[in-house]
Amino acid sequence: MKKVIECSHAIAEAVKLCKPAVIPMFPITPQTHIVERLADFINEGSLDSEMIHVESEHSAMSAAIGSSAAGTRTFTATNSQGLLLMSEMVFVASGMRLPIVMAIANRAVSSPINIWCDHSDSMAVRDSGWIQLYCESTQEAFDTIIQAFKVAEKTFLPAMVCVDGFSLTHVWEPADILSSKEVDKFLPKYKPMFSLDPKKPVTMGPIAFPNTYQDFKKQQHDAMKESLKEIVDVNKEFKSKFNRSYGNGLIETYKMDDAKIVYVCMGSLCTTVRGVIDDYRKKGKKVGMIKIKCFRPFPTENILDVTKDVENLLVIDKAVSLGNEPIVFNEIKSALYGKNIKLRSYVAGLGGRDVTHYMLRKALEDKDKGGEEWLG
Amino acid sequence: MLTEVRILGRGGQGAVTASQIIAIAAFYDGLQSQAFPMFGVERAGSPVRAYVRLSDKEIKDRTEICFPDYSIVLDPTLLQSLNVCEGVKKSVIVNCTRCISLKKETYYVDATSKAMEIIGKPFVNVAMVGAFAKVTGIITLKSINKAIDDLFGLKGKPEVIQKNKDAVKAVYDAVKK
Repeated sequence: MKKVIECSHAIAEAVKLCKPAVIPMFPITPQTHIVERLADFINEGSLDSEMIHVESEHSAMSAAIGSSAAGTRTFTATNSQGLLLMSEMVFVASGMRLPIVMAIANRAVSSPINIWCDHSDSMAVRDSGWIQLYCESTQEAFDTIIQAFKVAEKTFLPAMVCVDGFSLTHVWEPADILSSKEVDKFLPKYKPMFSLDPKKPVTMGPIAFPNTYQDFKKQQHDAMKESLKEIVDVNKEFKSKFNRSYGNGLIETYKMDDAKIVYVCMGSLCTTVRGVIDDYRKKGKKVGMIKIKCFRPFPTENILDVTKDVENLLVIDKAVSLGNEPIVFNEIKSALYGKNIKLRSYVAGLGGRDVTHYMLRKALEDKDKGGEEWLG
Repeated sequence: MLTEVRILGRGGQGAVTASQIIAIAAFYDGLQSQAFPMFGVERAGSPVRAYVRLSDKEIKDRTEICFPDYSIVLDPTLLQSLNVCEGVKKSVIVNCTRCISLKKETYYVDATSKAMEIIGKPFVNVAMVGAFAKVTGIITLKSINKAIDDLFGLKGKPEVIQKNKDAVKAVYDAVKK
Protein backbone atom coordinates (compact mmCIF):
# COMPACT_ATOMS: atom_id res chain seq x y z
CA MET A 1 0.00 0.00 0.00
CA LYS A 2 1.34 3.40 -0.95
CA LYS A 3 1.54 5.95 1.84
CA VAL A 4 3.60 8.87 3.07
CA ILE A 5 6.15 7.44 5.46
CA GLU A 6 9.44 8.45 7.01
CA CYS A 7 12.35 6.69 5.30
CA SER A 8 13.60 5.25 8.62
CA HIS A 9 10.15 3.84 9.33
CA ALA A 10 10.01 2.35 5.82
CA ILE A 11 13.33 0.63 6.48
CA ALA A 12 11.92 -0.76 9.74
CA GLU A 13 8.81 -1.96 7.85
CA ALA A 14 11.05 -3.74 5.33
CA VAL A 15 13.04 -5.39 8.12
CA LYS A 16 9.81 -6.49 9.79
CA LEU A 17 8.69 -8.13 6.54
CA CYS A 18 12.01 -10.00 6.28
CA LYS A 19 11.45 -11.41 9.80
CA PRO A 20 14.98 -11.47 11.22
CA ALA A 21 15.19 -13.66 14.32
CA VAL A 22 17.74 -11.44 16.02
CA ILE A 23 18.34 -7.67 15.98
CA PRO A 24 21.35 -6.62 18.08
CA MET A 25 21.16 -2.87 18.39
CA PHE A 26 22.97 0.15 19.72
CA PRO A 27 21.37 3.52 18.94
CA ILE A 28 23.24 6.36 17.23
CA THR A 29 21.98 9.51 15.51
CA PRO A 30 20.62 9.50 12.78
CA GLN A 31 19.92 5.75 12.79
CA THR A 32 17.68 5.89 15.88
CA HIS A 33 14.28 6.09 14.15
CA ILE A 34 14.93 2.72 12.50
CA VAL A 35 15.71 1.09 15.85
CA GLU A 36 12.85 2.77 17.69
CA ARG A 37 10.30 1.62 15.14
CA LEU A 38 11.63 -1.96 15.26
CA ALA A 39 11.34 -1.86 19.06
CA ASP A 40 7.71 -0.65 18.62
CA PHE A 41 6.97 -3.61 16.33
CA ILE A 42 8.41 -6.10 18.80
CA ASN A 43 6.55 -4.42 21.67
CA GLU A 44 3.18 -4.46 19.86
CA GLY A 45 3.75 -8.08 18.80
CA SER A 46 3.88 -7.60 15.03
CA LEU A 47 7.55 -8.65 14.86
CA ASP A 48 8.77 -11.80 16.56
CA SER A 49 12.47 -10.96 16.92
CA GLU A 50 14.92 -10.93 19.76
CA MET A 51 16.25 -7.39 20.11
CA ILE A 52 19.52 -7.45 22.01
CA HIS A 53 20.34 -4.14 23.67
CA VAL A 54 24.10 -4.18 23.67
CA GLU A 55 26.54 -1.76 25.30
CA SER A 56 28.42 -0.71 22.16
CA GLU A 57 28.47 -1.15 18.42
CA HIS A 58 31.42 -3.50 18.74
CA SER A 59 29.13 -5.72 20.80
CA ALA A 60 26.25 -5.18 18.36
CA MET A 61 28.25 -6.67 15.51
CA SER A 62 29.67 -9.37 17.80
CA ALA A 63 26.14 -10.40 18.75
CA ALA A 64 25.08 -10.26 15.10
CA ILE A 65 27.96 -12.58 14.21
CA GLY A 66 26.92 -14.97 16.97
CA SER A 67 23.28 -15.07 15.95
CA SER A 68 24.04 -15.34 12.24
CA ALA A 69 26.54 -18.13 12.92
CA ALA A 70 23.79 -19.90 14.87
CA GLY A 71 21.85 -19.94 11.61
CA THR A 72 19.34 -17.13 12.05
CA ARG A 73 18.51 -14.16 9.85
CA THR A 74 20.11 -11.13 11.51
CA PHE A 75 19.74 -7.37 11.08
CA THR A 76 21.41 -4.38 12.68
CA ALA A 77 21.91 -0.70 11.88
CA THR A 78 24.52 1.92 12.66
CA ASN A 79 26.67 4.65 11.15
CA SER A 80 29.61 6.98 11.69
CA GLN A 81 31.45 6.45 15.00
CA GLY A 82 29.35 3.36 15.61
CA LEU A 83 30.44 1.76 12.35
CA LEU A 84 34.06 2.61 13.08
CA LEU A 85 33.84 1.22 16.60
CA MET A 86 32.46 -2.05 15.24
CA SER A 87 34.81 -2.10 12.26
CA GLU A 88 36.94 -4.88 13.74
CA MET A 89 33.88 -7.14 13.85
CA VAL A 90 32.66 -5.92 10.43
CA PHE A 91 35.68 -7.66 8.89
CA VAL A 92 35.08 -10.75 11.05
CA ALA A 93 31.47 -11.04 9.82
CA SER A 94 32.47 -11.03 6.14
CA GLY A 95 35.44 -13.34 6.72
CA MET A 96 33.08 -15.84 8.33
CA ARG A 97 30.74 -15.44 5.33
CA LEU A 98 27.73 -14.51 7.47
CA PRO A 99 24.87 -12.91 5.51
CA ILE A 100 24.06 -10.17 8.02
CA VAL A 101 22.19 -7.14 6.64
CA MET A 102 23.05 -3.79 8.18
CA ALA A 103 21.45 -0.42 7.44
CA ILE A 104 23.90 2.48 7.47
CA ALA A 105 22.36 5.93 8.07
CA ASN A 106 25.38 7.59 6.47
CA ARG A 107 26.93 10.24 8.70
CA ALA A 108 30.23 12.14 8.83
CA VAL A 109 33.07 10.99 11.05
CA SER A 110 34.71 12.90 13.93
CA SER A 111 36.60 15.07 14.48
CA PRO A 112 35.23 17.68 14.44
CA ILE A 113 32.10 15.96 15.65
CA ASN A 114 29.26 16.15 13.13
CA ILE A 115 25.96 14.26 13.03
CA TRP A 116 25.00 15.07 9.45
CA CYS A 117 25.31 13.17 6.21
CA ASP A 118 28.30 12.24 4.16
CA HIS A 119 29.71 8.90 3.07
CA SER A 120 32.94 8.90 5.11
CA ASP A 121 31.72 6.15 7.43
CA SER A 122 30.77 3.45 4.94
CA MET A 123 33.70 4.39 2.69
CA ALA A 124 36.05 3.70 5.59
CA VAL A 125 34.97 0.04 5.50
CA ARG A 126 34.65 -0.28 1.74
CA ASP A 127 37.34 -2.99 1.66
CA SER A 128 35.78 -5.07 4.43
CA GLY A 129 34.13 -7.63 2.14
CA TRP A 130 30.59 -6.34 2.65
CA ILE A 131 28.30 -5.64 -0.28
CA GLN A 132 27.44 -1.91 -0.25
CA LEU A 133 24.18 -0.68 -1.79
CA TYR A 134 23.43 3.07 -1.75
CA CYS A 135 19.82 4.30 -1.88
CA GLU A 136 18.29 7.42 -3.37
CA SER A 137 14.72 7.41 -2.04
CA THR A 138 12.47 5.99 0.66
CA GLN A 139 11.06 3.51 -1.83
CA GLU A 140 14.52 2.38 -2.86
CA ALA A 141 15.63 2.00 0.78
CA PHE A 142 12.57 -0.15 1.52
CA ASP A 143 13.05 -2.32 -1.56
CA THR A 144 16.81 -2.61 -1.14
CA ILE A 145 16.57 -3.99 2.42
CA ILE A 146 14.42 -6.86 1.12
CA GLN A 147 16.71 -7.44 -1.86
CA ALA A 148 19.81 -7.28 0.34
CA PHE A 149 18.69 -10.21 2.49
CA LYS A 150 18.14 -12.27 -0.63
CA VAL A 151 21.50 -11.37 -2.18
CA ALA A 152 23.39 -11.82 1.09
CA GLU A 153 21.88 -15.23 1.79
CA LYS A 154 22.48 -16.45 -1.76
CA THR A 155 26.14 -15.38 -1.76
CA PHE A 156 27.03 -15.81 1.94
CA LEU A 157 28.22 -12.23 2.00
CA PRO A 158 27.05 -9.58 4.45
CA ALA A 159 25.42 -6.48 2.97
CA MET A 160 25.19 -2.82 3.97
CA VAL A 161 22.20 -0.80 2.81
CA CYS A 162 23.44 2.78 2.88
CA VAL A 163 20.91 5.57 3.30
CA ASP A 164 21.91 9.22 3.70
CA GLY A 165 21.49 10.21 7.34
CA PHE A 166 18.88 12.96 7.88
CA SER A 167 18.94 13.88 4.16
CA LEU A 168 16.98 10.69 3.53
CA THR A 169 16.39 8.90 6.84
CA HIS A 170 14.28 11.78 8.20
CA VAL A 171 12.38 12.56 4.98
CA TRP A 172 8.67 11.76 4.75
CA GLU A 173 7.57 10.87 1.23
CA PRO A 174 5.26 8.39 -0.49
CA ALA A 175 6.41 4.78 -0.70
CA ASP A 176 4.67 1.53 -1.54
CA ILE A 177 4.91 -0.78 1.46
CA LEU A 178 4.59 -4.42 0.39
CA SER A 179 2.51 -6.93 2.31
CA SER A 180 3.90 -9.82 4.31
CA LYS A 181 2.41 -12.24 1.78
CA GLU A 182 4.18 -10.54 -1.13
CA VAL A 183 7.58 -10.49 0.61
CA ASP A 184 7.24 -14.12 1.73
CA LYS A 185 6.92 -15.10 -1.93
CA PHE A 186 10.10 -13.22 -2.81
CA LEU A 187 12.31 -13.95 0.17
CA PRO A 188 12.38 -17.58 1.25
CA LYS A 189 13.23 -18.66 4.79
CA TYR A 190 16.94 -18.48 5.52
CA LYS A 191 18.64 -21.84 5.20
CA PRO A 192 22.25 -21.61 6.39
CA MET A 193 24.83 -23.90 4.83
CA PHE A 194 26.49 -24.36 8.22
CA SER A 195 25.37 -23.30 11.65
CA LEU A 196 26.50 -23.58 15.24
CA ASP A 197 24.66 -26.50 16.74
CA PRO A 198 25.73 -28.35 19.91
CA LYS A 199 24.46 -31.61 18.37
CA LYS A 200 26.74 -31.22 15.35
CA PRO A 201 29.69 -29.21 16.65
CA VAL A 202 31.70 -27.12 14.18
CA THR A 203 34.29 -24.38 14.61
CA MET A 204 33.72 -21.13 12.81
CA GLY A 205 36.31 -18.46 12.18
CA PRO A 206 39.34 -20.33 13.56
CA ILE A 207 42.94 -19.40 12.84
CA ALA A 208 44.17 -19.73 9.26
CA PHE A 209 47.87 -20.21 8.88
CA PRO A 210 49.97 -18.75 6.06
CA ASN A 211 49.25 -21.84 4.01
CA THR A 212 45.46 -21.13 3.90
CA TYR A 213 44.70 -17.49 4.83
CA GLN A 214 45.29 -16.14 1.33
CA ASP A 215 42.96 -18.79 -0.11
CA PHE A 216 40.17 -17.67 2.23
CA LYS A 217 40.63 -14.12 0.99
CA LYS A 218 40.64 -15.25 -2.64
CA GLN A 219 37.36 -17.06 -2.10
CA GLN A 220 35.84 -13.97 -0.50
CA HIS A 221 37.11 -11.83 -3.36
CA ASP A 222 35.68 -14.22 -5.97
CA ALA A 223 32.37 -14.37 -4.11
CA MET A 224 32.19 -10.57 -4.07
CA LYS A 225 32.83 -10.43 -7.83
CA GLU A 226 30.29 -13.16 -8.51
CA SER A 227 27.71 -11.39 -6.37
CA LEU A 228 27.44 -8.74 -9.14
CA LYS A 229 25.38 -11.27 -11.08
CA GLU A 230 23.25 -12.19 -8.05
CA ILE A 231 22.46 -8.52 -7.44
CA VAL A 232 21.35 -8.15 -11.06
CA ASP A 233 19.24 -11.30 -10.85
CA VAL A 234 17.58 -10.30 -7.59
CA ASN A 235 16.81 -6.84 -9.01
CA LYS A 236 15.28 -8.52 -12.07
CA GLU A 237 13.18 -10.89 -9.99
CA PHE A 238 12.03 -8.03 -7.79
CA LYS A 239 10.96 -6.17 -10.92
CA SER A 240 9.04 -9.13 -12.29
CA LYS A 241 7.19 -9.52 -8.98
CA PHE A 242 6.64 -5.92 -7.88
CA ASN A 243 7.21 -3.88 -11.05
CA ARG A 244 9.97 -1.75 -9.53
CA SER A 245 13.69 -1.79 -10.25
CA TYR A 246 16.76 0.40 -9.90
CA GLY A 247 18.63 0.24 -13.19
CA ASN A 248 20.13 -3.22 -13.37
CA GLY A 249 20.59 -3.27 -9.60
CA LEU A 250 24.20 -2.12 -9.85
CA ILE A 251 23.94 1.21 -11.62
CA GLU A 252 20.97 3.27 -12.69
CA THR A 253 21.21 5.73 -15.56
CA TYR A 254 19.21 8.87 -16.21
CA LYS A 255 18.86 10.38 -19.71
CA MET A 256 22.03 8.60 -20.85
CA ASP A 257 20.89 7.64 -24.37
CA ASP A 258 22.64 10.56 -26.05
CA ALA A 259 24.36 12.18 -23.06
CA LYS A 260 27.76 13.77 -23.56
CA ILE A 261 28.20 15.35 -20.11
CA VAL A 262 27.44 13.01 -17.25
CA TYR A 263 27.20 13.37 -13.48
CA VAL A 264 28.28 10.35 -11.43
CA CYS A 265 26.89 10.26 -7.90
CA MET A 266 25.43 8.08 -5.15
CA GLY A 267 22.60 8.31 -2.65
CA SER A 268 19.95 10.97 -2.11
CA LEU A 269 21.89 13.58 -4.11
CA CYS A 270 20.84 11.75 -7.29
CA THR A 271 17.28 13.11 -6.94
CA THR A 272 18.46 16.72 -7.08
CA VAL A 273 20.80 15.91 -9.97
CA ARG A 274 17.80 14.54 -11.93
CA GLY A 275 16.08 17.92 -11.54
CA VAL A 276 19.19 19.81 -12.69
CA ILE A 277 19.50 17.49 -15.72
CA ASP A 278 15.85 18.16 -16.65
CA ASP A 279 16.60 21.90 -16.67
CA TYR A 280 19.62 21.42 -18.92
CA ARG A 281 17.66 19.12 -21.25
CA LYS A 282 15.03 21.84 -21.72
CA LYS A 283 17.86 24.02 -23.06
CA GLY A 284 18.97 21.20 -25.37
CA LYS A 285 22.12 20.29 -23.45
CA LYS A 286 22.93 16.58 -23.59
CA VAL A 287 23.39 15.92 -19.88
CA GLY A 288 22.84 12.64 -18.05
CA MET A 289 23.59 10.80 -14.82
CA ILE A 290 25.07 7.51 -13.70
CA LYS A 291 23.90 6.59 -10.22
CA ILE A 292 26.15 4.05 -8.61
CA LYS A 293 23.83 1.92 -6.49
CA CYS A 294 26.25 -0.90 -5.84
CA PHE A 295 29.64 0.43 -4.77
CA ARG A 296 30.98 -2.91 -3.51
CA PRO A 297 31.44 -5.01 -5.53
CA PHE A 298 32.28 -2.24 -8.03
CA PRO A 299 30.38 -2.54 -11.34
CA THR A 300 33.31 -1.70 -13.64
CA GLU A 301 31.85 -3.43 -16.72
CA ASN A 302 28.58 -1.54 -16.41
CA ILE A 303 30.38 1.78 -16.11
CA LEU A 304 32.32 0.97 -19.30
CA ASP A 305 29.12 -0.02 -21.11
CA VAL A 306 27.25 3.21 -20.47
CA THR A 307 30.15 5.63 -21.03
CA LYS A 308 31.06 4.65 -24.61
CA ASP A 309 29.90 7.94 -26.14
CA VAL A 310 30.41 10.20 -23.15
CA GLU A 311 32.75 13.20 -23.39
CA ASN A 312 32.81 14.49 -19.81
CA LEU A 313 32.28 12.77 -16.49
CA LEU A 314 31.65 14.87 -13.39
CA VAL A 315 32.19 12.62 -10.38
CA ILE A 316 30.72 13.90 -7.12
CA ASP A 317 32.07 12.38 -3.92
CA LYS A 318 30.51 12.78 -0.48
CA ALA A 319 33.67 11.46 1.14
CA VAL A 320 37.38 12.06 0.79
CA SER A 321 40.52 10.03 0.91
CA LEU A 322 42.65 12.61 2.65
CA GLY A 323 45.90 13.00 0.77
CA ASN A 324 44.66 11.43 -2.45
CA GLU A 325 41.86 11.95 -4.96
CA PRO A 326 38.30 11.20 -3.71
CA ILE A 327 37.12 7.61 -3.52
CA VAL A 328 34.37 7.25 -6.13
CA PHE A 329 36.43 9.36 -8.53
CA ASN A 330 39.40 7.06 -8.02
CA GLU A 331 37.24 4.01 -8.83
CA ILE A 332 35.79 5.63 -11.95
CA LYS A 333 39.22 6.72 -13.16
CA SER A 334 40.51 3.22 -12.67
CA ALA A 335 37.50 1.70 -14.47
CA LEU A 336 38.00 4.05 -17.45
CA TYR A 337 41.76 3.63 -17.71
CA GLY A 338 42.87 4.27 -21.27
CA LYS A 339 39.52 5.73 -22.37
CA ASN A 340 39.31 9.14 -23.94
CA ILE A 341 36.88 10.75 -21.48
CA LYS A 342 37.53 14.01 -19.63
CA LEU A 343 37.19 13.44 -15.90
CA ARG A 344 36.66 16.02 -13.21
CA SER A 345 36.36 15.35 -9.50
CA TYR A 346 34.10 17.19 -7.08
CA VAL A 347 33.92 16.88 -3.32
CA ALA A 348 30.57 18.10 -1.98
CA GLY A 349 28.16 17.83 0.90
CA LEU A 350 30.65 16.86 3.59
CA GLY A 351 29.16 16.94 7.09
CA GLY A 352 25.68 17.64 5.73
CA ARG A 353 26.46 20.75 3.68
CA ASP A 354 23.62 21.22 1.23
CA VAL A 355 24.58 20.39 -2.38
CA THR A 356 22.66 23.10 -4.22
CA HIS A 357 21.54 23.55 -7.83
CA TYR A 358 24.10 26.32 -8.12
CA MET A 359 26.93 23.95 -7.12
CA LEU A 360 25.77 21.30 -9.59
CA ARG A 361 25.58 23.88 -12.40
CA LYS A 362 29.04 25.18 -11.46
CA ALA A 363 30.33 21.60 -11.63
CA LEU A 364 29.05 21.39 -15.18
CA GLU A 365 30.44 24.77 -16.23
CA ASP A 366 33.92 23.72 -15.03
CA LYS A 367 33.73 20.36 -16.79
CA ASP A 368 36.83 20.81 -18.96
CA LYS A 369 39.14 22.06 -16.22
CA GLY A 370 40.24 18.60 -15.08
CA GLY A 371 41.52 17.96 -11.58
CA GLU A 372 39.54 18.37 -8.41
CA GLU A 373 37.28 20.98 -6.84
CA TRP A 374 35.51 21.26 -3.50
CA LEU A 375 32.00 22.61 -4.01
CA GLY A 376 30.38 25.06 -1.55
CA MET B 1 3.25 22.84 -10.25
CA LEU B 2 5.75 22.75 -7.40
CA THR B 3 4.84 24.42 -4.10
CA GLU B 4 7.47 24.84 -1.41
CA VAL B 5 6.65 25.59 2.22
CA ARG B 6 8.72 26.58 5.24
CA ILE B 7 7.37 26.17 8.75
CA LEU B 8 9.00 28.15 11.53
CA GLY B 9 8.41 27.29 15.15
CA ARG B 10 10.19 26.71 18.41
CA GLY B 11 11.58 23.37 19.55
CA GLY B 12 8.67 21.42 21.06
CA GLN B 13 5.92 23.28 19.19
CA GLY B 14 5.59 20.60 16.54
CA ALA B 15 6.76 22.32 13.33
CA VAL B 16 8.04 18.97 12.08
CA THR B 17 4.70 17.27 12.80
CA ALA B 18 2.90 20.08 10.94
CA SER B 19 5.12 19.45 7.93
CA GLN B 20 4.27 15.74 8.04
CA ILE B 21 0.53 16.45 8.20
CA ILE B 22 0.74 18.71 5.14
CA ALA B 23 2.73 16.07 3.23
CA ILE B 24 0.32 13.25 4.12
CA ALA B 25 -2.77 15.37 3.38
CA ALA B 26 -1.37 16.45 0.01
CA PHE B 27 -0.74 12.80 -0.86
CA TYR B 28 -4.43 12.05 -0.14
CA ASP B 29 -5.30 14.98 -2.42
CA GLY B 30 -3.41 13.31 -5.26
CA LEU B 31 -0.10 15.16 -5.06
CA GLN B 32 3.49 14.03 -4.65
CA SER B 33 4.91 15.29 -1.38
CA GLN B 34 8.09 15.47 0.64
CA ALA B 35 8.46 16.72 4.24
CA PHE B 36 11.74 17.10 6.08
CA PRO B 37 13.07 18.95 9.10
CA MET B 38 15.97 21.39 9.15
CA PHE B 39 18.29 18.76 10.55
CA GLY B 40 19.84 20.09 13.68
CA VAL B 41 20.38 19.68 17.35
CA GLU B 42 17.05 21.18 18.38
CA ARG B 43 16.49 22.17 21.96
CA ALA B 44 13.12 23.07 23.45
CA GLY B 45 12.40 26.70 22.74
CA SER B 46 15.03 27.34 20.09
CA PRO B 47 13.92 28.28 16.57
CA VAL B 48 13.13 25.21 14.44
CA ARG B 49 12.42 24.91 10.73
CA ALA B 50 10.61 22.24 8.77
CA TYR B 51 9.97 22.09 5.05
CA VAL B 52 7.43 20.65 2.63
CA ARG B 53 7.46 20.21 -1.14
CA LEU B 54 4.18 19.49 -2.95
CA SER B 55 3.83 18.84 -6.65
CA ASP B 56 1.58 17.26 -9.24
CA LYS B 57 4.75 15.81 -10.81
CA GLU B 58 7.62 13.71 -9.46
CA ILE B 59 9.70 15.80 -7.03
CA LYS B 60 13.29 15.92 -8.22
CA ASP B 61 14.89 18.00 -5.52
CA ARG B 62 16.23 17.30 -2.04
CA THR B 63 17.94 20.62 -1.35
CA GLU B 64 17.03 22.87 1.54
CA ILE B 65 14.22 25.28 0.63
CA CYS B 66 15.63 28.83 0.53
CA PHE B 67 12.83 30.45 -1.51
CA PRO B 68 9.55 29.01 -0.19
CA ASP B 69 6.22 29.95 -1.72
CA TYR B 70 4.71 30.06 1.76
CA SER B 71 6.17 30.64 5.20
CA ILE B 72 4.11 29.43 8.16
CA VAL B 73 5.01 30.99 11.52
CA LEU B 74 3.79 29.04 14.56
CA ASP B 75 5.12 31.39 17.22
CA PRO B 76 4.59 35.17 17.09
CA THR B 77 7.73 35.83 19.16
CA LEU B 78 9.79 34.61 16.20
CA LEU B 79 8.82 37.80 14.37
CA GLN B 80 11.26 39.68 16.61
CA SER B 81 14.21 37.35 16.19
CA LEU B 82 13.95 36.01 12.62
CA ASN B 83 13.20 37.47 9.22
CA VAL B 84 10.14 35.31 8.59
CA CYS B 85 9.77 36.82 5.10
CA GLU B 86 13.24 35.75 3.97
CA GLY B 87 13.09 34.35 0.45
CA VAL B 88 9.28 34.07 0.52
CA LYS B 89 7.72 34.14 -2.97
CA LYS B 90 4.02 34.37 -2.10
CA SER B 91 2.72 34.69 1.46
CA VAL B 92 3.50 34.51 5.13
CA ILE B 93 0.92 32.84 7.39
CA VAL B 94 1.36 33.92 11.00
CA ASN B 95 -0.13 32.81 14.29
CA CYS B 96 -0.63 36.09 16.18
CA THR B 97 -3.29 37.91 18.12
CA ARG B 98 -3.62 40.98 15.94
CA CYS B 99 -3.53 42.03 12.33
CA ILE B 100 0.02 42.63 11.23
CA SER B 101 1.59 43.65 7.97
CA LEU B 102 4.95 42.28 6.92
CA LYS B 103 7.04 42.86 3.80
CA LYS B 104 5.23 40.02 2.04
CA GLU B 105 1.52 39.30 1.66
CA THR B 106 0.50 38.38 5.20
CA TYR B 107 -2.29 36.20 6.56
CA TYR B 108 -2.87 36.00 10.29
CA VAL B 109 -4.95 34.00 12.72
CA ASP B 110 -4.99 33.82 16.51
CA ALA B 111 -4.39 30.08 16.55
CA THR B 112 -3.17 30.09 20.17
CA SER B 113 -6.57 31.39 21.43
CA LYS B 114 -8.43 28.87 19.25
CA ALA B 115 -6.22 26.05 20.57
CA MET B 116 -6.75 27.16 24.19
CA GLU B 117 -10.52 27.33 23.59
CA ILE B 118 -10.83 23.96 21.86
CA ILE B 119 -7.88 21.82 22.98
CA GLY B 120 -7.27 23.55 26.30
CA LYS B 121 -3.54 23.76 25.57
CA PRO B 122 -1.52 26.11 23.32
CA PHE B 123 -0.83 23.44 20.67
CA VAL B 124 -1.04 25.31 17.39
CA ASN B 125 1.01 23.17 15.00
CA VAL B 126 -1.83 20.96 13.78
CA ALA B 127 -4.34 23.84 13.80
CA MET B 128 -2.10 26.04 11.62
CA VAL B 129 -2.27 23.43 8.86
CA GLY B 130 -5.91 24.58 8.59
CA ALA B 131 -4.71 28.12 7.89
CA PHE B 132 -2.37 26.80 5.20
CA ALA B 133 -5.25 24.87 3.61
CA LYS B 134 -7.49 27.94 3.52
CA VAL B 135 -4.83 30.33 2.17
CA THR B 136 -3.48 28.02 -0.53
CA GLY B 137 -6.41 25.77 -1.40
CA ILE B 138 -3.84 23.05 -2.14
CA ILE B 139 -4.98 20.59 0.53
CA THR B 140 -8.48 19.84 1.79
CA LEU B 141 -9.84 19.66 5.34
CA LYS B 142 -10.94 16.11 4.67
CA SER B 143 -7.39 15.04 3.84
CA ILE B 144 -5.97 16.90 6.83
CA ASN B 145 -8.33 14.94 9.08
CA LYS B 146 -7.19 11.70 7.48
CA ALA B 147 -3.55 12.73 7.98
CA ILE B 148 -4.25 13.46 11.66
CA ASP B 149 -5.78 9.99 12.01
CA ASP B 150 -2.73 8.45 10.34
CA LEU B 151 -0.25 10.18 12.62
CA PHE B 152 -2.10 10.03 15.93
CA GLY B 153 -4.74 7.37 15.39
CA LEU B 154 -2.81 4.58 17.06
CA LYS B 155 -1.42 6.41 20.06
CA GLY B 156 -3.64 9.47 20.59
CA LYS B 157 -6.83 9.62 22.64
CA PRO B 158 -9.88 9.89 20.35
CA GLU B 159 -11.18 13.04 22.07
CA VAL B 160 -7.81 14.80 21.74
CA ILE B 161 -7.66 13.85 18.06
CA GLN B 162 -11.18 15.23 17.54
CA LYS B 163 -10.26 18.46 19.34
CA ASN B 164 -7.26 18.90 17.04
CA LYS B 165 -9.52 18.40 14.02
CA ASP B 166 -11.94 20.98 15.43
CA ALA B 167 -9.03 23.38 15.94
CA VAL B 168 -7.96 22.88 12.31
CA LYS B 169 -11.50 23.81 11.17
CA ALA B 170 -11.67 26.82 13.52
CA VAL B 171 -8.34 28.19 12.31
CA TYR B 172 -9.33 27.43 8.69
CA ASP B 173 -12.44 29.59 9.16
CA ALA B 174 -10.69 32.38 11.08
CA VAL B 175 -7.57 33.10 9.03
CA LYS B 176 -7.61 36.61 7.53
CA LYS B 177 -5.49 38.67 5.21
